[in-house]
Amino acid sequence: MLAILEYKAGNQTSVKRALDHLGIPNKITANPDEVLAAHGIIFPGVGAAGQAMEELAASGLESVLRKAIEQEKPLLGICVGCQIMLDYSQEGNTKTLGIIPGQCNLFNDEWKDMNGEPIRVPHMGWNKVTQHKPCELLKGISDEDEFYFVHSYFPDPAPEYVIATTQYGFEFCSIHGGPGLWAVQFHPEKSGRAGLRLMKNFYNYCEEAANAK
Amino acid sequence: MLSKRIIPCLDVRDGRLTKGIKFKGNVDIGDPVETAKKYYDEGADEIVFYDITASHEGRGIFLDVVEKVASTIFIPFSVGGGINSVQDMRDALNAGAEKVSVNSGAVKNPDIISEGAARFGNQAIVLGMDVKQVPVTADIPSGYEIVIHGGRKHMNMDAIEWAKTAEALGAGEICVNSIDADGTKDGYELNLTRTIAEAVSIPIIASGGAGNPQHMYDAVTQGKATAALIASIVHYGEYTIPELKRQMSAMGAKMRMSW
Repeated sequence: MLAILEYKAGNQTSVKRALDHLGIPNKITANPDEVLAAHGIIFPGVGAAGQAMEELAASGLESVLRKAIEQEKPLLGICVGCQIMLDYSQEGNTKTLGIIPGQCNLFNDEWKDMNGEPIRVPHMGWNKVTQHKPCELLKGISDEDEFYFVHSYFPDPAPEYVIATTQYGFEFCSIHGGPGLWAVQFHPEKSGRAGLRLMKNFYNYCEEAANAK
Repeated sequence: MLSKRIIPCLDVRDGRLTKGIKFKGNVDIGDPVETAKKYYDEGADEIVFYDITASHEGRGIFLDVVEKVASTIFIPFSVGGGINSVQDMRDALNAGAEKVSVNSGAVKNPDIISEGAARFGNQAIVLGMDVKQVPVTADIPSGYEIVIHGGRKHMNMDAIEWAKTAEALGAGEICVNSIDADGTKDGYELNLTRTIAEAVSIPIIASGGAGNPQHMYDAVTQGKATAALIASIVHYGEYTIPELKRQMSAMGAKMRMSW
């Protein structure tokens, strides 16, 4: 079973619908016992980083999340969930979870795209994700596949945590982390078949990890 | 690099797909969930559902459709028509829509944009605007006026100023619909689309007038739109979405070609 972390700054239901469609057992929950009993955790997020941090702290889920990571429970952060895994976000000058070293910065709308046009912020729509190192999440997904992004801030983790990058005004990190602790800036639950495949890959990894224990 | 989006627009009335608002009568052209599934399978990048139901009961049926769609397709979709309050927005987003589109509701009460953006994020709020070309006056310096009720009611508001206001209030995207071009199949109103795109820095969706892939290519190049809204050219089988994508890609537009 996968736990979808329930707090006010999450888009849990669209993640749940995608998992249900895939036949993956899952539950939206804020119950610490349920979260820690799950084989893996999905940590969605929408809205502002500061608000998400406040909601996490207020619900007590921040400590549950840290405990899960200590126990090496596989974790997938999505969008704002991906951003606040870093140390700091420029959005509202917010100190974030510090699970992965790095920070989150604002796109500059003076940056130019490949046609020399200024980029529009938010970065909204479909874009490619170029893989730089092996990653279980991307099994069966090609560099031609695209994912759906909606964000104004982008993750900038320490270089050794960069798994994949995306081009928008410049090349930013769109997947970071390492085996079992992943963060994706795009929305796999809204990214068609490629996104569903990524979620299925995450589930398979969680099940294998649980069986190995 | 960001792909240009193709967005089919589906008009829904009493739970069924129907011909556009401008057509008189009520012609059933299919099931919205099945059609959305078909377009999803064919590589649509996003879908817009427009509720043209007038009655309260109809609204409930529409939201049921939205929920079914949300469990069937896994790409973003937005919901427009009848969004006049934050509660309307919440209902549509809770039913599974990614975004809501406000149009005449925002013209009458612009604060709905900022209230919605504060609660659900800018990315969730699309401003839809219906625009008609008119003689240049002191009130309408661009010659593009905001209209509502399918173009029947002129609002004496300049479209460019309204776009800037909506961006400042927190709209995440603007869908620019030319009432003059709508239904003509002669191409989008490129000057309008480009003028709005240059006036704001949020993404622009071109709407009204699509008749072929060249028109769509022009909208995302000369028109500076990031997305092209289409309706009848796919609903009645003149083109399929893969065909449109292939042709636009061959012309040089960056399209999502793997799905």
